[in-house]
Amino acid sequence: MTELKPKIAVFKFASCDGCQLSILDLEEELLAIGERFEIAYFLEASRAVVRGPYDIGLVEGSITTPHEAELIREIRAQCKNLITIGACATAGGIQALRNWKGSAEFMKYVYASPEYIETLDKSTPISEHVKVDFELRGCPINKYQLLEVMSALLAGRAPIIPNYSVCVQCKLNGTVCIMVSQGVPCLGPVTQAGCGAICPAYGRGCYGCYGPKESPNTSSLVKRFINLGVKREEAVNMFRMFNAWAPGFREVEESLVG
Amino acid sequence: MSVREKEYRVDYLARVEGEGALYVKVRDGEVVDVKFKIFEPPRLFEALLVGRMYYDVPDITARICGICPVAYQMSSVHALESVFGVRVEGPLRDLRRLIYCGEWIESHILHAFMLHAPDFLGYADAIRMAKDHPDIVKTALRVKKIGNDLVALMGGREVHPVSVCVGGFYKVPDRRRLEAFRPQLKEGKALTKDLLSWVAELDFPSFEQDYEFVSLSHPREYPMNEGRIVSSKGLDIPVQEYEDHFEEEQVPYSNALHSRIKGRGSYMVGPLSRINLNRDKLLSETREALADMGFSTPCKNPFKSIIARVAETLYAFEEALRIIDEYREPERPRVEFKVRAGRGSGCTEAPRGILYHRYDVSDDGKVLSAKIVPPTAQNQKRIEEDLRAIAPQLIRLPRERATWRFEQAIRNYDPCISCATHFLRLEIEEE
Repeated sequence: MTELKPKIAVFKFASCDGCQLSILDLEEELLAIGERFEIAYFLEASRAVVRGPYDIGLVEGSITTPHEAELIREIRAQCKNLITIGACATAGGIQALRNWKGSAEFMKYVYASPEYIETLDKSTPISEHVKVDFELRGCPINKYQLLEVMSALLAGRAPIIPNYSVCVQCKLNGTVCIMVSQGVPCLGPVTQAGCGAICPAYGRGCYGCYGPKESPNTSSLVKRFINLGVKREEAVNMFRMFNAWAPGFREVEESLVG
Repeated sequence: MSVREKEYRVDYLARVEGEGALYVKVRDGEVVDVKFKIFEPPRLFEALLVGRMYYDVPDITARICGICPVAYQMSSVHALESVFGVRVEGPLRDLRRLIYCGEWIESHILHAFMLHAPDFLGYADAIRMAKDHPDIVKTALRVKKIGNDLVALMGGREVHPVSVCVGGFYKVPDRRRLEAFRPQLKEGKALTKDLLSWVAELDFPSFEQDYEFVSLSHPREYPMNEGRIVSSKGLDIPVQEYEDHFEEEQVPYSNALHSRIKGRGSYMVGPLSRINLNRDKLLSETREALADMGFSTPCKNPFKSIIARVAETLYAFEEALRIIDEYREPERPRVEFKVRAGRGSGCTEAPRGILYHRYDVSDDGKVLSAKIVPPTAQNQKRIEEDLRAIAPQLIRLPRERATWRFEQAIRNYDPCISCATHFLRLEIEEE
């Protein structure tokens, strides 16, 4: 009797490829993954393409063109479980900085003839277009969290991904708080853990690459930054990075009014 | 008389980083048009950097590419350091080479064995190749992991490491941690020698072109972070003159700009160019291994770029071991400097070739303008010319084999479309 392996597909939208690369970076587990799953569609790794439907669709990247907006609907229809991987797919990515200015102004910086290039005004997460079954955070994702999500799907259970803050992770690691001890502005209090709290361990403030934790108190943190001597504009820009469009970080400027 | 028309199509070119396409038009056995299209959606980095503080630049530009983030960090910090008049010397300079060694290892092995080798043996991917060649794939994965571990040791994680900043690092590793990594590097070096012998025995299509090879060149070392820009046809300029000699043009069918040398045309960047122009700067074990296998330079067969990639991996292990042997912890993790207004450029050797950055910065450290020219944009025109040149021998083959060989010819360049903008689509149309 042949064992029916779950069919997995990896799709890419506007992104740097780093999150799907994390699959290939699971060097010690990659061949085992190849045994437990049927890798049906993963263009970065394979020429072989197996038609859908798929049991699992992993989606990297944000939606930035009219074509992509159409394509994600087709992909959703093909995938039993749709999982976004990384900050682009879950929050719009760094390219969502255009959302405050519109792409037309941005395009003319880069291209002499912007009319050749079709792009939307906003870079948006997958969940603004279709239903998403699970969102894995990070810029980049933590490859072991991805492995946990894949294992959970095999076992038919919910993935165990902590949603506490980077601060909690620093405490668990025994890292001395750099904001308290050195006055370095740090997004740790409002950012979800998952990276391993590496930035404070490297002597710099967290830059929020795993996005906002549940109900982040951003306005209070910005006030603290300003007390530490950070200019208001720079304090806002600290949130305007890879998860700028994520609710919780997106409204930071408005939250400062008054 | 009927005109013979035929169409080959591969809508989504696989085993490249990003999204692109190719169009080859053949009429009565003659190639009449070749387009290498990149339709990865533009992410507009040069625009979104405007108004950002200089210290955000290495972290933001790293996100152009998840495979070579260190290259973006390096070119950006060198460009900004040239604005501020900062020189990074001694152990800090060496540590930059060390993290770059890690990236060259992981990126080169990823491409050579996960993306390119399956073409030579006729497998759809490395996982399928592993069923018949388990030892070679497992060895490659082990070596790739050591490269990734080196990047993570230096920068906290392998993709988008966090330690690099203008002036040096946020934090440098202590000597003990680096020394503890020597056994892995020695293991990686030994395994890479096996991998190099293995790729040398692959079956290479006979195909040579009269390329203009372009790379950095440094008087004392194999180029990574610094040097003049030189070519096999006599170019020899400082990095600051890049824009006087190279230009970019926009073509309607591609989201990536095409580069050319002014007044001449296409050129090739990447491992084959580096090794052709800097072979004498390799360290002894790599030089000997190449001599033993009879690898002659200049090598004008782009399919042999896989040999150059693995040879550079071996070099990266030798260089990483040299750096760790000589490492003394610097007093400070970064050089102090004063922000000032100005223009600066930087060019470093990304795994795929020279990566040029240029910034204008205001007196309070804000980016006023940015220009980034990734290696794949520079190779794009040359890739099209290779496809045009190889087409006459390929269109005689059965369709599936011809198509696969066209793809392989593109993968010779390890195109990173995420960098150049992204997405490769292959269409071959025969009229």
